[in-house]
Amino acid sequence: MYRLDGHPDEWIDRSTVLSFRFEGGEYQGFGGDTISSALAAAGVPYLARSFKYHRRRHILSFANHDSNTLFQVDGVPNVRGDVTPLHDGMRVAAINTFGGLTHDKARYLDRLARWLPVGFYYKAFHTKRLFPQWERMFRAFTGLGAVSLDAGRQTSAKRYGFSDVLVVGAGPSGLSAALAAGAAGARVTLVDEAFRLGGSGIGFHDGTHGSTRALIEAVRRTPSITVCCATVAAAYYADHWVALVDAERLTKMRAKAVVFASGVIEQPAVFRNNDLPGIMLASAAWRLVLRYRVAPGRQVVMVAANVEAYQICLDLHSQGVHVVAVVDLRSAQDGVDDAEAAACAALGISVVRGHAPYEAVAGGEGAVAALEIVPLDAAGRIDSIKRRRIECDAVLMSVGWAAAANLFLQAGGTTRFSEELQQFVPSELPAGIFACGRMNGVYDCEARVADGARAGSQAASHAGFGVASAAVVAPGARCPSHRFPIIDHPKAKNFVDFDEDLQIKDLENAAQEGFDSSELLKRYSTVGMGPSQGKHSNMNALRVLARYRGVEVERLGLTTSRPMYHPVPLKLLAGRSFNAERRTPVDAEHESSSAVWMPAGNWRRPEYYAVTGESRTQSIEAEVHAVRNSAGIIDVGTLGKIEIYGPQAGLFLDRVYAGKYADLKVGMTRYGLMLDESGVIVDDGVIARMAPEMFYFTTTTGGSATVFRELLRLNALWGLDCALINVTGHRAAFNFAGPLSRELLQPLTDVDLGDAKFPYQGVRSGRIAGVAARLLRVGFVGELGYEIHIAAGDAAYVWRALSAAGSSRGLRPFGVEAQRVLRLEKGHFIVGQDTDGLTDPFEANASWAVNMQKPFFVGQRSLKILRTRGPRQLLVGFELLDPVRMPKECHLVIERGVIAGRITSVVHSRTLNKSIGLAMLSPDLARTGGDIEIRGEHGDPLKARIVPTPFYDPRHARQRAAVAERAVAAL
Amino acid sequence: MKIMVCPLNGPRPVMEFVYGGEVRVSPDPDTCSDAEWSAYVFNRSGSPGVKYEWWCHIASGYWFIALRDTARDIVVATYPVESVRGGLPAYDADAAAQAAGIRAQDRAS
Repeated sequence: MYRLDGHPDEWIDRSTVLSFRFEGGEYQGFGGDTISSALAAAGVPYLARSFKYHRRRHILSFANHDSNTLFQVDGVPNVRGDVTPLHDGMRVAAINTFGGLTHDKARYLDRLARWLPVGFYYKAFHTKRLFPQWERMFRAFTGLGAVSLDAGRQTSAKRYGFSDVLVVGAGPSGLSAALAAGAAGARVTLVDEAFRLGGSGIGFHDGTHGSTRALIEAVRRTPSITVCCATVAAAYYADHWVALVDAERLTKMRAKAVVFASGVIEQPAVFRNNDLPGIMLASAAWRLVLRYRVAPGRQVVMVAANVEAYQICLDLHSQGVHVVAVVDLRSAQDGVDDAEAAACAALGISVVRGHAPYEAVAGGEGAVAALEIVPLDAAGRIDSIKRRRIECDAVLMSVGWAAAANLFLQAGGTTRFSEELQQFVPSELPAGIFACGRMNGVYDCEARVADGARAGSQAASHAGFGVASAAVVAPGARCPSHRFPIIDHPKAKNFVDFDEDLQIKDLENAAQEGFDSSELLKRYSTVGMGPSQGKHSNMNALRVLARYRGVEVERLGLTTSRPMYHPVPLKLLAGRSFNAERRTPVDAEHESSSAVWMPAGNWRRPEYYAVTGESRTQSIEAEVHAVRNSAGIIDVGTLGKIEIYGPQAGLFLDRVYAGKYADLKVGMTRYGLMLDESGVIVDDGVIARMAPEMFYFTTTTGGSATVFRELLRLNALWGLDCALINVTGHRAAFNFAGPLSRELLQPLTDVDLGDAKFPYQGVRSGRIAGVAARLLRVGFVGELGYEIHIAAGDAAYVWRALSAAGSSRGLRPFGVEAQRVLRLEKGHFIVGQDTDGLTDPFEANASWAVNMQKPFFVGQRSLKILRTRGPRQLLVGFELLDPVRMPKECHLVIERGVIAGRITSVVHSRTLNKSIGLAMLSPDLARTGGDIEIRGEHGDPLKARIVPTPFYDPRHARQRAAVAERAVAAL
Repeated sequence: MKIMVCPLNGPRPVMEFVYGGEVRVSPDPDTCSDAEWSAYVFNRSGSPGVKYEWWCHIASGYWFIALRDTARDIVVATYPVESVRGGLPAYDADAAAQAAGIRAQDRAS
């Protein structure tokens, strides 16, 4: 291959000379060159080693899916040489070699091909004993470029795009579609993977050249059309969301309608040694000559089965490239393309019709040196005796096309196989999806323009602009693709798939072994699973399979590739590793008090507050001690907080909670247990009646979002006269508890905290430190205590005021760990910790919170069934007989060698000087006073005794007033 | 990503919504048998087809009813809950197909 003289349409800038290195050698290319075009122009005889047999390879398609010309470029693996622009100083190396391209130590594999049959992995890997050796060997042998393990994280921007009509492909039909949609008033985005517009419409002939150029000019003059070149539409997602990938970023394009003018991908002929360097698709040579001015060779042979073959021969001749012969698979009796054949013959090109390539012969450096051809009859039989040899240094293949329908199929379109065109063409189109041009089976250039205008108009109309064109464009009369451009050879090496080195016999063997549907064939043989994802191999593989099975290609059908259908750098897909974390309004106060954080739902909460000189355990014990003996304050702002208003608010709560609330007095609170329809406990909280038609209630931290959402759904379903507001984020909440809590709080508030005015389980509105507040008197940790609910904006100020009020009296802030100890001492269960997805109120010992007399509540009907059955398990309290050796949560209770339950919570209580916990046990075991055996860490048997709960203050005296006051007095 | 048309908020990406299950009518808890009730509580039909479903627009907390073709992943229509409280409209299979908009490519040949 060599560089030709300049041409006005060339894409290279000869005034810019770029130096680069390839496999240790120094080379030069021009500005605008791609890596492959520069190497080809420099006459490098081969660029790569093939995947399996390490055969020498050069350019095949030069169309953004050349699977062999992948390179390691400046440390980046698998860079596509056919489309990656050359830069000065680039360091380029071949991939998949052992010791470099020329001296690749694995090149002997080509001679071992007969011992590497199809499905080799499946056949070799089934013995367990040998597996480790096989694995080591194949990990070393397979794979393409080398990933740099110390590469830094690369981020790339993502962008949202919006358009009325997205046109994929900027050839004649795509340009025309964009213009028609733009003319109707739609905002249009036109994308093409090439660096410039025009696609196959820009050629050497004036006919196509002129009209396409006029279309490009018109597109440039239309402000409503946005043009994106060097951009791959790589994936289609639901409702016209198309991933547009360019070198820098991913654009998430949302269109109202999409026109696929994505064209066709040329398919190779299959014959022995069809992969030798110098053998390429005719369209590849055409692009090389037109855009990069690289001639495919000095003696070119064309393998032809369509009119494009002759046109390209005429083009090459006009550019001074010597075409020796055209070998046409179709016989002269077919009477097709006679005029073009005559035109070629007139230029001295030998036109041999009714012949097929039988075998390519390699010369020096492994490149093609000759092509042996044989007669091919109408029935597809060859006569291998009558061989003719044509000396050459390049073989071009123009035998057929496959529709670039990947995105169309992803969009839900269906195709049918057109016998006339020997191509899959669109059959059914989903709403808003349109197809035109060669992908739609329309090949003649003027017809493509008309078809594009039709599709563009229809797409614009779908998006709400203009009236849809009713035009129907006929496909051309000439068949662009050969029925079976596949020639058998006893010595094989006739490649169907150039990515994975698959030969005809490999596919036939796979089919013979039973993998004879297109999906199974693909998975077993790996056809179409290489870097080009079958763009050059799927059609021929289907033809081979159809012949083997004696069925029509139509019967086998196309496979739909998953998005992204084209390889995309992972950095374009990677997200930002962003995790939302919620913080309460007093987060900074915790931080300044040396809080040690723990996650709770998506919140962060203080686990405990570190104090210099104290261990974690000591700090937690000291926090518990403060609450039991003076006072403590905990931030419970993470609880879900909901307000409900309306005449039927009480009725609504009666229906969603198991208890009764319609009769709750204003100014009082009541515990609430929420069940699902199957009677399982899903949440709990405290419900406070603030006014006759207004309740304020809490949910668990973890359940707040889902519980609120479900309440909204039930409200929508029942249509009761009430409305819910989620004030979780608006309001802060603290629990201020301990024998001193009343004494410390009273000076700060206008609410009379006296027992007569503010009894246990009461709720009052008033002011704290001058700030509007709701005070709930609850037994949260089993001491006299108040839950203080205030606006989030006031929270830090009130927290500081409360802390200041108690600091000299032993007040400590306490964290989640101390709260768990305190609550467990009172025997309170935690929904989701001590209950699971099957626990009903009877099992959780919470029947007291269920009012079965109500007409209806969620879960009631199931509870009626469950009540008659008796519990499957029971939640009981236990204390360890040896308080030092602690089991962990979820350790099992074993009874006579059988699992009889599990520990759900366990703590060591300094207050009680015992280790206590809750366990879910089988009912026959759950007798108070009974002994159980827990299998602890390392199988240690740990003895425990079942005891009644609460463990601490069983009659709840301390959280009621009189006793609490006595306790204060005793201090 | 799919677009869903919320009756309150208009067309929004589907990630702004959560699915709330198929719309199913509870048997009368006072008169139904235990077997009927447990069938209602525990059994769901996973078969693809055109179904009424609960959907919620998360940001606004708005629940509505969507008629969706789960086989073809198409939202046929959406309704405010009030508009269907009297009973779900009988859906029209032709309307569902029309919403899908699948049509044959016109061909001259």
